[in-house]
Amino acid sequence: MAMDTTKLLPPLDSASGVNWLEVTWMAFDSLMANKVRSALTMLGVIIGVASVVALIAIGTGASESITGQITSIGTNLMMVMPGSSSNRAPGMSTSARTLTLDDAKAIEALNLPIVGVGPQFGMTAQIVAPAADKNVTITGAAVAAQTIQNLTVANGRFFNEDEVKSASAVIVLGSTVAKDLFGKGQVIGQSVRIRDQTFRVIGVLESKGGAGSVDDTAIVPITIAHQRFPNARTPDGNAYVVSSIALAVKNKEDVDAVQSRIGILLRERHRLKANGSEDDFNIMNQASMLSMLTTITTLLTALLAAIAGISLLVGGIGIMNIMLVSVTERTREIGLRKAVGAQSRDILLQFIFEAIALSLSGGVIGLALGSIVALLVTLSGLLSASVSLGAAALAMGFSVAVGVFFGIYPARRASRLNPIDALRYE
Amino acid sequence: MDTAIIAINELSKTYQMGTVKVDALKQVSFAILRGEFVAIMGPSGSGKSTLMNLLGCLDTPTSGQYQLDGVETARLSDNELAQVRARKLGFIFQQYNLLPRQSALRNVEMPLIYRGVSAQERRQRAETALQIVGMDERTHHRPNELSGGQQQRVAIARALVGSPAVMLADEPTGALDTTTSAEIMGFLQTLNREQGLTVIVVTHERDIAAYAQRILTMRDGRLVKDERN
Ligand SMILES: Nc1ncnc2c1ncn2[C@@H]1O[C@H](COP(=O)(O)OP(=O)(O)O)[C@@H](O)[C@H]1O
Ligand SMILES: [Mg+2]
Repeated sequence: MAMDTTKLLPPLDSASGVNWLEVTWMAFDSLMANKVRSALTMLGVIIGVASVVALIAIGTGASESITGQITSIGTNLMMVMPGSSSNRAPGMSTSARTLTLDDAKAIEALNLPIVGVGPQFGMTAQIVAPAADKNVTITGAAVAAQTIQNLTVANGRFFNEDEVKSASAVIVLGSTVAKDLFGKGQVIGQSVRIRDQTFRVIGVLESKGGAGSVDDTAIVPITIAHQRFPNARTPDGNAYVVSSIALAVKNKEDVDAVQSRIGILLRERHRLKANGSEDDFNIMNQASMLSMLTTITTLLTALLAAIAGISLLVGGIGIMNIMLVSVTERTREIGLRKAVGAQSRDILLQFIFEAIALSLSGGVIGLALGSIVALLVTLSGLLSASVSLGAAALAMGFSVAVGVFFGIYPARRASRLNPIDALRYE
Repeated sequence: MDTAIIAINELSKTYQMGTVKVDALKQVSFAILRGEFVAIMGPSGSGKSTLMNLLGCLDTPTSGQYQLDGVETARLSDNELAQVRARKLGFIFQQYNLLPRQSALRNVEMPLIYRGVSAQERRQRAETALQIVGMDERTHHRPNELSGGQQQRVAIARALVGSPAVMLADEPTGALDTTTSAEIMGFLQTLNREQGLTVIVVTHERDIAAYAQRILTMRDGRLVKDERN
């Protein structure tokens, strides 16, 4: 190990600043030097990004599934609901009993360009079969409901006008309900009980898919529903109430005209003054339902993502904490780098890049994890959740932003260290 | 070459500690020629390190002038001082100050990163520097795999790698035994003689100072003696 002073280093002129690639390399180098600590520091960002990504995917999937269901009901569907739109959340059921069977008949008498008028009166009750029972929404409906709502009978038949007139105790089951009550066994012809009334199963509907769809309901003639279910009459006792009136417009172009005509009719029938008094009913068409639901699901998704975003913030604070510790531990290193010619800017960059490397690595792992969660949800068949490119880009952008935001304070501290003090630091 | 590489004139440094003022350096003037080997001696607290920090552009004087290689440095900004350090100065410390997790080679390369030197050229220069100090068989060792003397040699290679005009060493043998100290001082002497490098060493030991051609003695912040060896 002798010296070799015959070797000469040529003079070196270049004195330009550091290369960005070099700083990136240095940042990863120092993170790799402390693997466990780096991994633990990343954990906050990993969890944050994973939950943001998964929740956005699931939220979007849920919203798409709901939209799909509404579209599957039929494009020209319209619903008249009791109660004014101002004193309740849109789309929610109401206890208002302002809409009657006679209103439905009056609408029918208008001879509008519609497929049919389908008054409905429903409740949630337990259906008891010999082997099982289940709580479901039971809808009393008219025969027209089948055409209006595009219901296809997979097995057996739908009830007919005679059975509605005579208030026959017959029932048509949604596919999920049928499966839950009877399994793979014979369904048609079986008896079920609802509130001590025996119903004969005459049909099973074809599955439309999705949670909360017609698959989870049972349908009986509206007449027997009015006779057997509670709260079937208006407060004065003179008329049967309905929980909604469904109708399907023949041509899309007529939707607005039909809607306003029905509005005028119902205001007349309900003796609402032309000035001032509010509608005591609410007409929704599919377009308005869609936009309303989209608003709700978008809001919900954003809310969930924001909550998940908080954990990203906590992850950022974790990074700042570790970076501050790291700056203190490496005071001598910083002093040395400055002594050999590093400018404050170089040190600043180095530490910011370390913070970004931490948060971005966490972000990439989080994105992968969130995508796996979304994939598992999709595979479970609940709904199809997929991570969009936009969501992935957003997650990466957020990670970098977290690194810069929480890295800047420790990095500034490092860059402002005085080289003499830093070199002397024990 | 009889030109002054370092010329200081009435250089003073006062530290303010709360209400107390410490005059660590009091109007010191001298010049050091290109290619000289100078030792700065003096008891503890006499201002040697303060002087070295000023010469090393790590600190700015309270008053006075300092010309390094023809450039007046007393009024330079922090960034300009960093550039001066990168181009003109090489530092050796008592505690070696190597980066613990990096190989000898990476340690020696490090200063060149801040001068924007390409990875390939950095590597070549670092290898040459390690050859000069006789550490070319230990390029991939980490500092904790090297003895104190070896670490100091790597540190010398790091100081050499950017072809500095002046090598500054504050108590470079303070942490080494006598034999290794002699070896390190021998290295610096050879570098000075064969490559014409200007070397300034701070020490409080006579036998270390004996390697230099010229000895400056400090006391209470003043230069009290300037002798040829
Ligand atoms: N950063 C500082 N702040 C205050 N006083 C200092 C500082 N650095 C050095 N001193 C004082 O300046 C004087 C000279 O110190 P120094 O240059 O370190 O001496 P030496 O290296 O010769 O032992 C001492 O009295 C010391 O206490
Ligand atoms: Mg000292």
